[in-house]
Amino acid sequence: MNLDFSGVLPSLPYILQGIGTTLKVVVLAALLGFALGIILSLCKISSIKVLNWIADFYTSIFRGTPLVLQLMLIYFGSPQVFGIQIEPFTAAFLSFGLNSAAYISEIIRAGILAVDKGQKEAAMALGVPYRKMMMDIILPQAMKNILPAIMNEMITLTKESAVVTIIGLNDIMRRAYIVGGQSYRFFEPIMLAGLIYYVLVMILTIVGKLVERRMRRSD
Amino acid sequence: MIKIDNLHKYFGRLEVLKGINTSIKEGEVVAIIGPSGSGKSTFLRCINLLEQPTEGSIWIKDQEITGKKTNISKVRTNVGMVFQHFHLFPHKTVLENLTYSPVKVKGMPKKEAEEKAMDLLRRVGLAEKAGEYPNRLSGGQKQRVAIARALAMDPEVMLFDEPTSALDPEMVKEVLEVMKSLAGTGMTMAIVTHEMGFAREVADRVLFLDGGQLVEDASPEEFFSMPKTVRAKEFLEKVL
Repeated sequence: MNLDFSGVLPSLPYILQGIGTTLKVVVLAALLGFALGIILSLCKISSIKVLNWIADFYTSIFRGTPLVLQLMLIYFGSPQVFGIQIEPFTAAFLSFGLNSAAYISEIIRAGILAVDKGQKEAAMALGVPYRKMMMDIILPQAMKNILPAIMNEMITLTKESAVVTIIGLNDIMRRAYIVGGQSYRFFEPIMLAGLIYYVLVMILTIVGKLVERRMRRSD
Repeated sequence: MIKIDNLHKYFGRLEVLKGINTSIKEGEVVAIIGPSGSGKSTFLRCINLLEQPTEGSIWIKDQEITGKKTNISKVRTNVGMVFQHFHLFPHKTVLENLTYSPVKVKGMPKKEAEEKAMDLLRRVGLAEKAGEYPNRLSGGQKQRVAIARALAMDPEVMLFDEPTSALDPEMVKEVLEVMKSLAGTGMTMAIVTHEMGFAREVADRVLFLDGGQLVEDASPEEFFSMPKTVRAKEFLEKVL
């Protein structure tokens, strides 16, 4: 064994700075994924067949190809398609957000279908229009049921964000890799990065539990 | 008040309602009874368009609600519905259950809606439960809240779909009492029920449905003491 963590300590602030980048990508991707996921899930349960097809096709594409491929396609492919080179950061949150939307839409769809049919009828009988019924009655109840699955998706998103390293975005993972490259000692900085990801995921887990408890107030 | 003309309803190829003609006058309390599968609930649900009639027309006041251009949402705000399984909104408090649609659908100011809701809760004897979530209530209390919620929209007609069938026996009475007092205020009511005693006491008219057809339409005294048809006789022998 040839381990020495003291050598990596001076680089610790440099690696820690990557947390900001990672979090920014994750938060923006989560917001995009969530907003788009809700719209897609509503398309999936719609009685309009064309909307079903579009949403199902979208999901099949983003679930059926590797995330890293989607990231590379958006980042390296953008100059050919749009004539501009988009920023690594933009490419990162776009691809993660679009990818996440596919998974989140499936989770929300299942959550909506699990809400008692009587809730919809009661809202209809009170004259509540479709949009308000979904936003105020059905989705809040669906959210409560699917919160653990959504948290799972957020955790996956946080960890998988490490692949942005390949397009040169200075997140936790890439910084650890650079520090390793400078000293030819990879084990220590990468272990350190692993510890940071682990702590982030633990914090997410605790936050998820707190939100869940709050949402169960009405039980 | 309500006029139903040649109402047919199919579920796929199954004909559930086979041409029903009747009318309900303003302030009238009508009990709809019949064996299970006779189409009573479907009939009731057609009146607020929770089921779309396959054929025929329904008029409420002077408006044909089965017309192509009908604003269904508007029709429903005028027709209250109480379900067998209550269907209160579990993530909202009792008070919020009552104020939600007056505020969000009718645009009533929140304060006014809350005052009105508290009045209604007092009427059904549950003012002290305003801040509770529905899961903390008993079945009878839930159903009384559900009635108050429907009344909060100021409907001109109230529909009840087996309102006491999901209740424990000791809670049936409290709900029937509320309905009885509501009938006393002159509300137009259509009630699908298995409570024959209640139908006899409170209803002005009994509609007996069997096999998707309106078999008898009579006053309670007439219907319960001397039913005209064999089918009604057989039914009453089983339930009384």
